[in-house]
This record gives sequence, structure tokens and C-alpha cells, in this order.
Amino acid sequence: MKNIEFRTATSAQGGLIVMGGVPGVAAGSRVQLRDHAGRLRAGLVIRSADDAVLVEVFEGTDELDLERTWVRFLDEPFKLPVSRDILGRVFNGAGLPRDGRPPIISADRRDVNGEPLNPAARAYPREFIQTGISAIDGMNSLTRGQKLPIFSGGGLPHNRVAAQIVRQAKLLGEESSEFVVVFAAFGASHADARFFQESFEESGVLNKVVMFLNLADEPVIERLLTPRAALTAAEYLAFDLDYHVLVVMTDMTAYAEALREVAVLRGDVPARKGYPGYLYSDLAEIYERAGRIKNRRGSITMIPVLSMPSDDITHPIPDLTGYITEGQIVLGRELANQGVYPPVTVLPSLSRLMKDGVGKNFTREDHPHVASQLFASYAKALEVRGLAAIIGAEELSDADRRYLEFANAFERRFIGQGEDEDRSVYETLNLAWDLLSMLPPEALIRVSEAELAKYHKGATA
Amino acid sequence: MGKILEINGPLVKLELPETVIGEQVRVGRIGLVGEVIGRDGNTALAQLYEDTAGLRPGEVAEGLGWPLSVELGPGLLNAIFDGVQRPLNAVWEQSGDRMARGVSVPSLPRDKRWHFVPDEHRRAGASLAGGDILGTVQETESILHRILTPPLLHGELLELAPEGDYTIEEVIGRVKLADGRIEKLRLFHRWPVRTPRPFKRRDHAVQPLLTGQRILDTFYPLLKGGKAAIPGPFGAGKTMLQQQIARWCNAEIVIYVGCGERGNELTDVLEFMPELKDPHTGRPLMERTLLVANTSNMPVVAREASVYVGITLAEYFRDQGLDVVMVADSTSRWAEALREVAGRLGQMPVEEGYPAYLGSRLAAFYERAGRVETLAGGHGSVTLIGAVSPPGGDFSEPVTSHTKEIIQTFWALSKELADARHYPSVDWLESFSGYVGSAAKWWAENIDPNWENERAAALDLLAASEELQRIVNLVGVEALSSEQRWTLEAAGLIKEGLLQQSATDEIDSFASPEKQFALLSAMLEIFRQGMKLVKLGAPARKLIQMPLLAQARRWKSQHSSDQIDQLKVKIAAIPGEFEKLMLEYEQTSA
Ligand SMILES: Nc1ncnc2c1ncn2[C@@H]1O[C@H](COP(=O)(O)OP(=O)(O)O)[C@@H](O)[C@H]1O
Ligand SMILES: [Mg+2]
Repeated sequence: MKNIEFRTATSAQGGLIVMGGVPGVAAGSRVQLRDHAGRLRAGLVIRSADDAVLVEVFEGTDELDLERTWVRFLDEPFKLPVSRDILGRVFNGAGLPRDGRPPIISADRRDVNGEPLNPAARAYPREFIQTGISAIDGMNSLTRGQKLPIFSGGGLPHNRVAAQIVRQAKLLGEESSEFVVVFAAFGASHADARFFQESFEESGVLNKVVMFLNLADEPVIERLLTPRAALTAAEYLAFDLDYHVLVVMTDMTAYAEALREVAVLRGDVPARKGYPGYLYSDLAEIYERAGRIKNRRGSITMIPVLSMPSDDITHPIPDLTGYITEGQIVLGRELANQGVYPPVTVLPSLSRLMKDGVGKNFTREDHPHVASQLFASYAKALEVRGLAAIIGAEELSDADRRYLEFANAFERRFIGQGEDEDRSVYETLNLAWDLLSMLPPEALIRVSEAELAKYHKGATA
Repeated sequence: MGKILEINGPLVKLELPETVIGEQVRVGRIGLVGEVIGRDGNTALAQLYEDTAGLRPGEVAEGLGWPLSVELGPGLLNAIFDGVQRPLNAVWEQSGDRMARGVSVPSLPRDKRWHFVPDEHRRAGASLAGGDILGTVQETESILHRILTPPLLHGELLELAPEGDYTIEEVIGRVKLADGRIEKLRLFHRWPVRTPRPFKRRDHAVQPLLTGQRILDTFYPLLKGGKAAIPGPFGAGKTMLQQQIARWCNAEIVIYVGCGERGNELTDVLEFMPELKDPHTGRPLMERTLLVANTSNMPVVAREASVYVGITLAEYFRDQGLDVVMVADSTSRWAEALREVAGRLGQMPVEEGYPAYLGSRLAAFYERAGRVETLAGGHGSVTLIGAVSPPGGDFSEPVTSHTKEIIQTFWALSKELADARHYPSVDWLESFSGYVGSAAKWWAENIDPNWENERAAALDLLAASEELQRIVNLVGVEALSSEQRWTLEAAGLIKEGLLQQSATDEIDSFASPEKQFALLSAMLEIFRQGMKLVKLGAPARKLIQMPLLAQARRWKSQHSSDQIDQLKVKIAAIPGEFEKLMLEYEQTSA
């Protein structure tokens, strides 16, 4: 069947084409279309019956002349050839080279959709990754094998934060990063792609990076393949070649919008804001490819970047993402406007794996308590700040005024740091104690009395 | 034999005459399994439990002759199954790290021999009914597995095997049915998951399900056989709370259903459960636990099935006279799976894409919870606790609002509390329990006659402080009277010293009812003693500086449930602290 060209298109509309009289076509099979001008387009079988096969055309169905369209059914799903040589290369969303170098030749070609991991085969991620960023390491730590997205918004420095993490990420006691990086950009601007390319170049890791780029002006449907191709490469590097792989993907919102576009064409029932009901499952297929596997050395740690439409964290894309990923690092406009970098809004940020990867035997024994205390004290301090805005700071009690000072210092000194500043987790924790020492020991209930005695600067308790 | 006519995502149209709705089908050369959900003449519509990529029109399809059923017998505990009861460890051994398609591994191990002890009252020639206990198998050290006859059986026992070791497929007995046919009995039987297992009658739920979590047990109790929901936005703590319940609750069997959630969370349960001890029996928790896992990246149709698989397993243990808890994380993912299939069937969506029958499906599912008199004449219960994941944290969405009408206990999680890392983030104003009256009886009889009043006093205090906080937020704390300030302070004490309870705190992760009540009365004692002083004219400003307030907030983490005596010593010293303060105050103001 692979070698036969069918010219039986009966209708075409909005990216979908119906082929008549092609019996026995495999569901999910790849398709190659040749139009009247001899141009090739790629597609996918999304519904198959003997009398009608529905094909989704990646480059769209514009200008297709039904009588002069030839279609081949390739009888296999989208596959990515993998080999060691993918390191240092740049591909498009469908896995074809876009760096002018020859395609990867390999007998090992993998279905980009992957297969779900057996939950019994997973190993629970526990190794603390030091990113050198206090707001992350101190309060929302990253673990090897975790999926931890950055929730951001237009104009916020998510790219710089992601690049800083890639530059600085290492395990405790390790000299430098042992990671290889898989970078996938979909719907990203050329400037974004260039920013990352240059950042990898500057830190001299280009030969440890694989890139998959589908830029804003490139076919929308290919966007649906891009993260899958990238994760197929990541799985190969991690679980066949034992690498620790850091996957950076941007921008999940562009991905979800592409999915919605296609869903509308297919006539799928919308759930919220026009997004199809299966957006959750679809995103999960991507995010759940992060992790660790028993008896395998490598790992996939995932940092998807996602811009929240109108800065709204309840929008379906961040919302469903937050339901799937193991936490989120939220960037905020307010902090950014005050010149705080990285503008991490800590309260809505979360790392679900932190509870199992910090503290005694991992970082330092006081770490979990310090983190919890910072959250509690800062939450209280923000309440005080709200109150001050109403009744005036002068009207505050002495105790409350201390909270106000704490909030300011916390934002400037703890959250805020340089883009090249790489703090060790111990520096981060000591800094936390400097700040907590601005508050009286009686107000610090989440740390133990022993910890207060050891670390609180004004401790008399 | 039939054949495939069309493939459309997880739905396949088949030429399959004479099938019935609900029948299991095996489809295609690789043998994917699914179930029939619609029929039109000779064609049937089936949904498959596995990814359909690669299937072709024209490939074979066959009806298997039975609906989606589970195997019920020894070998269930300690196991992890997927959404259609495939044993994930065995599947892993057979097909590797990834879920290969078309694998068929029996749910219960076929080669393992179990030591069967026949029930001494069974006699050949006596009549035998469905749900009767044939004998027992000590499945784990803590769980004695009762071997039940299939629920619909009725006949005369011809013979029953003597004590000995048997595999689940060996015949251990024979029954003569009314029509003269002979039925063989084995250590296991099958039951269709979408049909509730029969019982004699419903009983009143009377015993509290104790979870060791103060905000649950003391404030919003659940009964054995009750229904509860845990709604909350992402990250609020639904999964942790369910894991805490699975760890600490005083049920005999725990069924943990991971429905459309993270793979790592199941790994987490699989790793910690064997290491933790059941606080009630001292045995490893895994011995009483069984997991059903359809993670978010596994096929959606099996997700829809997984909650039914879970509840049927729960009913089976209930029918043995056990108290079973099933936690389902998350029922929203199940409802979404329902929505997805309805969408593909072209059914009319009513709200947010959900089909009109969402409410009735949810109700029918929760209806399977309850305390019953079993067919065998004992008493057993299924307590059902479902997490709900409302989009955007909006509790007015369809799944949350329908669920709220069905359940009796509502543990509403709050984003604000979770943001400040106040866990469990159960909102003390939004939550409710319809079981307080029944629970009160138990607490009065077993812990303290004053429980109900003390509970109400604490809740009143919390409600009052909410009002006061509103005033403070408008005009500052100075506007409050001394009494009001003290009320506010005491509410803070209750929140931090009592309600807040970290799952990761080794000492406080579980609190016995005695500890719960001791802390409750301690916090109230401080409040009342203080109020007495305030009423005598002492300024709240002074009271708030008492070191006792910071100390009392630490008590929960200083004394474990078996150190209540130490806690009581501290409580006894509370009045003294206030007397000291009173003396000082009288001296300075004199
Ligand atoms: N009872 C608890 N004690 C301590 N930490 C908790 C508790 N509940 C939640 N957490 C913290 O919050 C995080 C998110 O909780 P989780 O149960 O995964 O949320 P959800 O299931 O609602 O999305 C956890 O990883 C943990 O760090
Ligand atoms: Mg959860």
C-alpha cells in the first residue's frame, strides 16, 4: 500500500481531506500528499473506514485541487530516527533537519507518540537539583525526573529564567551540570529561538543540546508533533543512553491553541473556552513522559514554559497543566514591575516533589521547616501589606511593621538575585535565616525550637 | 466472528451481529479489548481500552460473551491493577517498562497455592446460597480472606474440599443447582463491574471512620459506609489527604484508585505503604491495600472503567464482612472520560460538554457506598471518598455541584490556605458533614461526653473570628475590643495548634481520637481562661504576649498519640499560667 498513490479525494475542508475507496487503511498512519504543483504535504489518518478515510493535512488544505491530489498511505505512525548523532542537531517539528546538515540515518525509528509507562515501572524521583535560584531551591525545589513548568505571561522573563536553570542546574556535590538538553520550541518567535540558541552557545553546551523548532510562522499542525518528537529523542537519550535529560519546552499555550484549532476543524465538542474535553489527556500524554524508571540510570526532567493568557492562572491551559505537572513556578508581573528578577510569585508556586527530596540526607535538616516558615511568614506579611494599604503603614502595630519590612527584604534579597548569580542551597538557607531573624522567634512556629536556637540570629527563646 | 468497519479514536464500528450492549470484544490482529456501547442492526459500536493506532477496517472482531468483569479471590491484596484489572507487576515482567497493547495476563495469579480452611458448618447435602462463606484463606497476616460463593448461586452443596493448598483454578466444591446442573466452586469467582453486588439490606452507618486527621475526625466526621468528597483546585492537597486517609484510617481494607492522575503518585504509594505500619494492627499497610491505576497518560476508556473496577473490589471485601474504604483520585477525570465518549457518540452536551446523565451516573456510583448486612449475614461497609478537580477551582462547575448534592461529608480545600502552606487546607467554613450526630454518640461513649459541645465551641470561635478579621481588614486591629482581640487570637491558636496538621510531621501525621480531643480542649481551655481575665479587665495586648501561646502551638508536634499523659500535664498547667499573669496584672494596675 505504501507505494500506491490514490487520487480519490472526495472533499477537503479546513485541513481535513476525505479519501474515498481506500480499504484497509491503518488508523493513525502517516500520509503523504502530492498536490497539483508537485509539492508534498504530510498528514495523518484520523478516521478510517473502507469507504471513507479522514486525513488531517499538516500544511492545510488550501489550494488543494481534489482531482489533482495524489495521496500515499505510508502505513506507519510518525517516527523519529534516533542515534547518538542527534546531539548537537537542530530539527523541525516533524524531526527533519533544519540546520542544513544531512538527515539522521538510523534503523532505530521510534513512534513519536511513545507508549505510556507502566506505573509499576516508575521509580519515584528524589534527587535534589540545585538551580542556584533561591526562590526555587529554597521553597519550590526541582527534582531529577520532575515535570515543573514555568507559568508566565507576555513580557515576563521566562526565557531568561529557563536559560538560567539550564546553565546552573546540578546535583549537590557535583562540579557542573551532567545534563544533556532537549529543547523544543513551538509557536515561538524567531527571537525566542535565537535567544536560547545563543544562550546554549555562550555556555558552550551546544553539542549537548538537541533542538526541535516549530516557529510561529510555521505550520500549526506540525506543532502537535513537535513536543512528541522532542520527547521521543529525550526518552532515547535517557533510557537507552543513560543520560540525564533536561527538557525545556516553550510555549505550551501555543501547543494547546494548535490543538484547539484542529479540534474545531474536526468538529469535537468543546469543553471550556473552546478547548476540547481531551485537552487534559493530551497534555498528560506529553507531561507524563518525564520521570525515572526502575533499573534505568537516566532521567527526564521537564521544564515546560507556558504563558498564561491574560495572566489568568485559572485559564484551561495553566489550570490543566497544574493538575498534571508536579507543581509550577509562577512568574508575576507585580514583582517584575518592581525590578525583581526572577519575579517568582512564591505563594501560588509549588513543587510537589519537594517534600521527598529536601531535608536531612538530601540538603540540610532545617530545609523543609524553613521553606514552610517562609511561606507562612510571607503570606502573613502580604496580609499586613494589604492592611497597610488601607489604614496606612503608620497605623500598624510594631509587630506588623516588622512583617512589612520582612516582606520587602524577602522580595529584594531572597527572591531577587542576579541572572548570573548561582547560589548554593546552603547560601539560600542561610539567607532565609537572615530574613526570618527579622521576626521574633515566637512568631516562627513552623521551625523547631532546636532550629531556632541554632539558626535564628536574635534567638533567645 | 465479526470484523472492523471503522476506527475513530478509541471508538470502533464493528460488524458483530447478536452482540449485546456491555459485551466485551476482542478486536484486530493484536487483540485489543473493549466493550460494546451501542448497536444498530448488524453493526455495533465499541470503545476500546487501549490505543487503536494501527487497526484497519476489515480486521477481525469477536464478542467474548460476558460484560467487563473482575476476578475476585485471594491474590487481590498487595497488588496494583490497571483500569481493567490487569496486574501491573505481572504485565511489567511480561512486556517491559511500557504498556504494550493486547497483552493478556490473568488478574489473579494462577500458579500460587493458597491454604484453604473450609467452614466447619458446611455439610454436603445442605443448601448453599449466594454470598455464603465456604471457608477462609489467610491472605496476608492481617487479612483473613473469606471465600464466598458467587452472589447469584443457589443450590445444594454436594461436596467441599478438605483443608489444604489450592490454586484459584482448582475445584474446591460442587453444587447442584435447582435445575439439576452441577456448578463447580473455586477460590475465586467473577462479577460484572457495572452491576452492584447484592446484599441483604442496608444498615445504618454508626461508627466513625477515623482518619487521624483532626480537621476531618473532630470537625467534619465521616462514618464507615459514608460518602465524602474532597474538591479543591490543583495543588490544594487532595491527593495528600487521600493518601493520609489510606495510611491511617481504621478500615480493614483500603482500595486506592488513581483515576487519570500522576504515575509518580502511585509509585509513591507503592513505595511508602510497605514501609508504614497500620496503627491499628501493627502490620505493614500494604497488606490491607490494593491499588487500581489508570494514570492520566493511559487510555481514557479504561479510566472510565477503573472506578467501577475499584468499587466492585470494595464491595467484594464488604461482602466478607469487612470495613472497606475506597479513595478515588479523581472522580473528575472519570467524569471527563464519560464526557469524551459521549462527545464521540454525538450525544447532546448539556453543561460544559457533559452529557445529561452525568448527575445520575455520579449518584449511582456513590450509591454503591454504604454499610450493609451481607448475604452471609455479617456486616460490612464501603466508605467512598472521591477527590473532585474543579476546573479553575470553581466549585459551581457540574461535577462538583452534582457531587455536593450526593455526598454527606464535604471536605472543601482552599487555595488560600494551601498557598500559605496551611495543610490540610480543608476550609473550616465551606466544609460540612451530615454525620455529626452519629459521630457524637461514638465520641461521647468512647472519648468524652462533652465532645459535641467542644467541637461546636471551636467552630463558633472560628466563625466569630472570620467576622472580626473582616473588620480588621477594613480599619485595623485597634478598632477591636479586648474581648474581640482575644477571640481573634484564640482562633489563630486553634488554626495553628489544632487544625493545621502536616502529613510530613512524623509525630503529628496521625492523631488518635484521644490526642485530638486533648488538643481541642487545650486550645479551648486557653481561650476560656484568657477570656475570664479579659472580662476582669486585663488587656488582650498583655495576654497575646504570653509565651504559652507560642508553646501551645507546638504541642501537637511534641507529643505523639501515645504520649497523651504528657499533654495532659501541660493542659493541667494552663490555669496556673493565667493566674500568674493575673497576679502580675493586678500588681501593676494596683
Ligand atoms: N496534609 C499535608 N501535609 C503536608 N503537605 C501537604 C499536605 N497536603 C498537601 N501538601 C503539599 O501540597 C502539595 C500538593 O498536594 P496534592 O495533594 O498533590 O494536591 P492536589 O492533589 O490537590 O493537586 C504536596 O506535594 C505537599 O507538598
Ligand atoms: Mg492530586
